[in-house]
Amino acid sequence: MVLVYAESPKGKFKKSAFEAVTYGHKTAQVLGTECVALTLGDAEDAGQLGKYGASKVVSVSDAALNNFDSQVHTAVIAGAAAAVGANVVIVSHSANGKSLLGRLAAKMDAGSVSAAKEVPTNDGAFKVKTNVFSGKAIATYQIDSDNKVLSLMGNAIQPEEVGGAVAVEALSVAVPASRITIKEVKTVDGTVPLPEAELVVSAGRGMKGPENWGIIEDLAETLGATTACSRPVADTGWRPHHEHVGQTGVAVRPNLYIAAGISGAIQHLAGVNSSKVIVVINKDPEAPFFKAADYGVVGDLFEVVPALNQALKDYNAAN
Amino acid sequence: MKLLVCVSKTPETTAKISFSGDNTQFNEAGVQFIMNPYDEWYALVRALELKEKAGGSVTILNVGPKANDTVIRKGLAIGADNAVRIDAEPKSSLFVAKQIAAHAKAEGYDMIFLGKETIDYNGSEVGAMVAELMDQPYISFATALEVDGNTATVTREIEGGEEVSSLDTPFVISASKGLAEQRIPNMRGIMMAKRKPLTVVEATGATDLATVASYELPPAKSAVKLIDPDNMAELVRLLHEEAKVI
Ligand SMILES: Cc1cc2nc3c(=O)[nH]c(=O)nc-3n(C[C@H](O)[C@H](O)[C@H](O)COP(=O)(O)OP(=O)(O)OC[C@H]3O[C@@H](n4cnc5c(N)ncnc54)[C@H](O)[C@@H]3O)c2cc1C
Repeated sequence: MVLVYAESPKGKFKKSAFEAVTYGHKTAQVLGTECVALTLGDAEDAGQLGKYGASKVVSVSDAALNNFDSQVHTAVIAGAAAAVGANVVIVSHSANGKSLLGRLAAKMDAGSVSAAKEVPTNDGAFKVKTNVFSGKAIATYQIDSDNKVLSLMGNAIQPEEVGGAVAVEALSVAVPASRITIKEVKTVDGTVPLPEAELVVSAGRGMKGPENWGIIEDLAETLGATTACSRPVADTGWRPHHEHVGQTGVAVRPNLYIAAGISGAIQHLAGVNSSKVIVVINKDPEAPFFKAADYGVVGDLFEVVPALNQALKDYNAAN
Repeated sequence: MKLLVCVSKTPETTAKISFSGDNTQFNEAGVQFIMNPYDEWYALVRALELKEKAGGSVTILNVGPKANDTVIRKGLAIGADNAVRIDAEPKSSLFVAKQIAAHAKAEGYDMIFLGKETIDYNGSEVGAMVAELMDQPYISFATALEVDGNTATVTREIEGGEEVSSLDTPFVISASKGLAEQRIPNMRGIMMAKRKPLTVVEATGATDLATVASYELPPAKSAVKLIDPDNMAELVRLLHEEAKVI
């Protein structure tokens, strides 16, 4: 049996939860078994996870689980896995999912693969692919233990509806007390966090100074994109640290990454090479970023970025 | 305060990635190695700052072969008091975590620091595994840590924001950007590092449950399509109709 933990922050599923259940369903098919989805704490309309291939949904609705503590969540997920007889557990490779992956692997003495990017194969051995060396290579891992734990990279597969809603069964699993007291949660509502963003507009030192970022923000707003930057831009305080993309910052995997005034140093590329389509705007035709780009515009960003924004608005108005 | 910082050795960020042995091994020929930046810049430095303020000791731990001693010495040069190397050629994250936990259980550290991930395998697994094996709380991706007595206040990155929480020692913490500022070792530190104790211990038997069967390089990018800067309508059309990403 495959058990998928479907995260429901503030009681609601995000796309990553549907991706995880789709992935769990496909993994179960490879293994010739079924996929059960698990929700913890509040989870609105949990039965809808059946649409993505869960044969049933089990839920542990204890309100204590609305606060995340990897230790508590791990105990409950491992307890649920034992209760439903699952030896394969799948989580999202989210901020919280990352800490569940390692804990679950240790607790279940399971082989684990972080940020799986394809459905596993099982011809003689159970194998899963993941990016390594910050996306500069791909490794195929083999798991030899009966128990297996995987985290699914965001945006690696798309949610697929294969059926209808299913019944939700309350599961009784002991919830240990947390040793962590959460004092404050600060989230920015309205924008999609960078690691999950499907559209990203990023800018570098070519912007000359923080006062010029208006054109980047305008373009991002027209697209509904999240803004990002190169490392020196964050290090000099032009932009907040959480926007820093690259090998030593956030790794993004959007459908579209637009880079303006970024040279494309190898450490920056390491954070963006999982993007589906890359557009580079740079006045230097020799900028290394063009080698990693799908579309390139050689020109002054102070003219090109506003022109692109206007063209997008014109397109939206005409269609 | 007795602090442990787990460090790993990774290829330098501009290293050329290639494979040998029919694509089953990372080809180390000509590759420069460094201490994993998250371990060095943030985890180690924050541990040193806490020690400088409240007293105690900072131990560096690496699970790896003798060749890793250069990286360990760098950590000592930056300011750690002593170091332990668990002699093994690690192949899986759970193997590494079991070695760390075996050492840490015997020593009883107040806090165990690691970087949020290594820049080679990017797994982000070892810290969580160590915490589970030690039955301790785990704070991942910490951007701030203050300690008062045996109570810590920590800020960690969460999806779309930050969370501030408090907990008592002992616990395991993984370091993200912001936790501290990189320190460059000075001449005196480098000289002193040579005399600081580096203990080598044998690995405890643990099997690898997940290992790399093979590597491949990503498919080559096709050549960039250049668009006239005066024709952004064309770029918008291509993004809609050809790339289908908007
Ligand atoms: C260990 C290590 C880790 C690192 N990690 C990261 C990381 O995670 N992320 C990261 O980004 N960097 C990282 N770096 C830094 C990296 O090497 C580069 O220095 C950095 O990415 C450069 O940032 P940039 O492209 O914004 O600036 P620059 O390299 O200065 O490039 C600016 C670009 O803007 C263009 N430009 C200027 N004016 C205009 C204009 N008017 N119109 C159009 N284009 C213009 C220029 O042609 C140039 O290509 C790391 C470095 C090291 C050593």
